Amino acid sequence: MPFARFVEPGRVALVAEGPLKGKLVSVVDVIDQTRALVDGPGSGVARQQIRLNQLHLTKFRLNYPFTAPTRVVRKAWTDAKLNEKWTESQWAQKLANKEKRAQMTDYDRFKLTAARVKRNRARTAVFKSMKVKAARAGTFGKKKIPKTAVKKPRTKKAVSKKPAKK
Amino acid sequence: MAPPQPKAAAKPAAVPAGGVKKAKVGKPRNYDLGNGVVRFSKAKMFHKKAKYKFVGKKNPKAEKPKKPTVAVKQIGGEKNGGTRTVLLRRRKSFYPTQDKIVKRSHHLTFSKHVRRTRPNLTPGTVCILLAGRHAGKRVVLVAVLSSGLLLVTGPFAFNSCPLRRIPQRYVIGTSTKIDLGDFKLPAHLDDAYFKKNKKSTKRSVKRKQGEDIFATKKEKYVPSEQRKADQKLVDEAVVKAIGARTDKKQLRGYLKAAFGLRSSQYPHRLRF
Repeated sequence: MPFARFVEPGRVALVAEGPLKGKLVSVVDVIDQTRALVDGPGSGVARQQIRLNQLHLTKFRLNYPFTAPTRVVRKAWTDAKLNEKWTESQWAQKLANKEKRAQMTDYDRFKLTAARVKRNRARTAVFKSMKVKAARAGTFGKKKIPKTAVKKPRTKKAVSKKPAKK
Repeated sequence: MAPPQPKAAAKPAAVPAGGVKKAKVGKPRNYDLGNGVVRFSKAKMFHKKAKYKFVGKKNPKAEKPKKPTVAVKQIGGEKNGGTRTVLLRRRKSFYPTQDKIVKRSHHLTFSKHVRRTRPNLTPGTVCILLAGRHAGKRVVLVAVLSSGLLLVTGPFAFNSCPLRRIPQRYVIGTSTKIDLGDFKLPAHLDDAYFKKNKKSTKRSVKRKQGEDIFATKKEKYVPSEQRKADQKLVDEAVVKAIGARTDKKQLRGYLKAAFGLRSSQYPHRLRF
């Protein structure tokens, strides 16, 4: 597959390392093969040059001519609602989750584990009962299971408030 | 610039008028900056004091008149030689065979050292024990004793960790804190209380005659009634404080569970 994201005027990138780590910038001009002039009026980054291997290119691209002044970049940034779009993107959400995880204290980690145990128990119980039902109906498995009293699942409480994927 | 002139002229005139010129008693120009470092180096002071002027010069020493240490006394009687030289100062009559033990005031004993506890280790903090037979347990810090050791409790009913002392090095203080309120540790729970009674743990137990000498007799530690009572007292306060929280159920489970690291978990990267 050909490359889809290029270092080009208007390309929005995430700074991967250095003092600006984690901030969004937009490419204004390409200086040479290793550096670009970037600007980030919407993320508090002053216009400056940056090495390309410090950037991770995003799918977003702002519309402005190259070497556009900061006010033009700012207008394009706000008109495109870049900040909202970025926070909605999966990439940003994954980063946010990573950050959330890193900020968890020992007690939080324990609570998360406890919640997961609870959820998994409930899920297994439901799965087992479905399996038995399916087997009885003949849609799953080889043997026909004689009808016996189905054991009640141990826990079937609502999954705790924590997001499962976190 | 006219007015200052008369002033300057008046000043030197006033000083001799005062009469007696005081001898200059200077303060040392050099001073301690702390940590045994002085403001001016030895070389700098050499320069400041203009000691180079005196290098290789010697002041002729004024010879002190020697004080006589002996006196010649006349003695009467015959065949005595007539005179005796007598020491003016008496010789010592006592020579100690041992050196005196000098008490060094500047050497503080270990027990007097200033203890510094990590700021997050306050009473009520949930700690993770890292060493000892209770390693891995999550316990509640009750107090910091005067020796600098931390006094922790399980509570005993939760994870069977009794009231126990542990150095702060062997503990991870978590950010979870239990508000112990106005709980006050009984004054008798001090370092001496927790000190091991060496006599009771002595290995060589005197055997009665006729007893099997090869039978190893192990003394089992049995907590005293006093300890049990104190354990109960402290644990009651801690458990009550836990019960007052909204997340008491989870917190109980937390204290009952042991700490452990999973794969790709590094303690220096974790928050506690």
